[in-house]
Amino acid sequence: MNQIFEHRYSLTVYPLHAVFLAGTIPLFLGAALSDAAYAKTFHIQWNNFASWLLVAGLVFAGIALIFAIVDLFRPYQRARGIVLYFLVLLATWIVGFIDALIHARDAWAGMPTGLVLSIVVTLLACVATWLGFRTPHVRGAL
Amino acid sequence: MKYPCLLAIVTLSATLSACGGEAEPLQVGASPELPKPERGLLPDMVIAKPAKWGDKVPTVPDGYTIKAIATDLKIPRQTLVLPNGDILVAEGRGGTAPDLKPKDIIAGIIKAQGTSPVKGGNRLTLLRDADGDGTYETSTVFAENLNAPYGLALVDNKLYVANQDALVRFNYQEGDTKASGPPETVTQLPSEINHHWTKALTASADGQYLYVGIGSNSNITERGMTAEADRARIWRVSAGTGEHKAYATGLRNPTALAIQPDTGQLWAVVNERDEIGPNLVPDYLTAVQEGAFYGWPYSYWGKNVDDRVRPQDPDKVASAIAPDYSLGSHVAALGVDFSADTMGAQFADGVFVGEHGSWNRSDPVGYKVVFVPFTDGHPSGPPVDFVAGFRDDDGTTRGRPVGVTVDPRGALIVADDLSNTIWRVTPTQPVQTPQPASADQPAQPAERPEAGTDSTPPAQNE
Repeated sequence: MNQIFEHRYSLTVYPLHAVFLAGTIPLFLGAALSDAAYAKTFHIQWNNFASWLLVAGLVFAGIALIFAIVDLFRPYQRARGIVLYFLVLLATWIVGFIDALIHARDAWAGMPTGLVLSIVVTLLACVATWLGFRTPHVRGAL
Repeated sequence: MKYPCLLAIVTLSATLSACGGEAEPLQVGASPELPKPERGLLPDMVIAKPAKWGDKVPTVPDGYTIKAIATDLKIPRQTLVLPNGDILVAEGRGGTAPDLKPKDIIAGIIKAQGTSPVKGGNRLTLLRDADGDGTYETSTVFAENLNAPYGLALVDNKLYVANQDALVRFNYQEGDTKASGPPETVTQLPSEINHHWTKALTASADGQYLYVGIGSNSNITERGMTAEADRARIWRVSAGTGEHKAYATGLRNPTALAIQPDTGQLWAVVNERDEIGPNLVPDYLTAVQEGAFYGWPYSYWGKNVDDRVRPQDPDKVASAIAPDYSLGSHVAALGVDFSADTMGAQFADGVFVGEHGSWNRSDPVGYKVVFVPFTDGHPSGPPVDFVAGFRDDDGTTRGRPVGVTVDPRGALIVADDLSNTIWRVTPTQPVQTPQPASADQPAQPAERPEAGTDSTPPAQNE
């Protein structure tokens, strides 16, 4: 019987999916910390770091999002909670994208909005990752 | 991931804006209307769509004729009319500013679509019309292997060239078609990063000093404050020693300089900051006051604080003065020269300004040469189109004016760095004037003492 359950739900998130999903946290966190450093020091290089960390975070979140969409459209593997996971990850990407556009403004023009959005996107990435890793856990029978 | 999306939005906003017709604030003259700063999620960008001139030519007022006197150049920027009527053209493309943010890479790709793909010549080309029929039949390379030459000035028998990294000079004898040797460096110029790389140049009326326009190293300090040391200012360089002092500061990008013939006063056109709205900040024409601070980066048009700059400097803002005359926001003035009686009565008293044209505005402006009329030595009315027709309403763009130079014999020379052409505009009927004063047509005897020891006005240009 156990074999049947394993086919129905994967026990863990697919490894590559996991790498990109979990990778969003340090990238977005790095952006938020860089923004904080810019706000404190007015040293422009922190602002440049934040801009690139956000782009990297968007790449990682975007790849994770593709995995999530694929999972979403495989109903026989769909686990409870995956829709919520997908929505939070989508929100993470959208907020991160807006944050990246804000960071494209010159010098202080992107602040303090950029810092606030970087903190929000970091928290969203944490929630998305937690939901993403939690979701496939299957307890008991149908 | 962002690039196609951004392009799509840019295209969309261009399409939408073509239908819009909102009232524009009145933005030319001494006290332009300054709206509140604004910036959406994406900057407005409408890029010129380059096209060939074919049989077309730019439009000029009735009674004037325009003709291409040189084509297939390698990014012509500024010109200088020599005493014998020969025209020198500075050709090049400078700037070594690295991309710092993802935005720089994307914007660079988009903006490059609106400029010439030709590689800059890094040379001076000399055009000669030996028989005076208006056809410049010979074109020779006067000097090459320069580093993005831009500003040009002749003082006696010294030809000064402002490269993007140094002010250099050649020996020049009337009639020369080629430099007799390599140039001598007068002084190094600030060239680190060189975000705004063009070094404008003109000589003081007595020939003792050279004024060099040095642009800022960023739009609005986004490359950091330390990158702005010795930037956004006009240097006064001693022709004799090469020593310099900051003549005026806070001028974001002084792209062209000219000396007023009767007064010897230095004038400049300056390109102001971007990304705070389609109607901020006006590019301007101003008499440059010695020792004055014109605001950049802390404030614009006098004491209007720019909140994008950190740390701010209220003391500097308090000392900032407003320039004389707004040309309109984002017109990108890159050339200026004083007119002469030989240009015809209507355009005799004033300055011509070459406007390269906007790229960061949904309703494009500039892309023409305007005439700013003067009375009693000061601007006295709105700019009048003098050379237009560079850009069609659908965005098709055949040329982009840069340097403008008045030939005292009665012609306006316009450098076009998109079609790589030099245009010459002349009154169709030559204007009868009394013998021009020496300020218009400097006498250049073959033998001259060294620069700075006589009072003959040099050929004024940038």
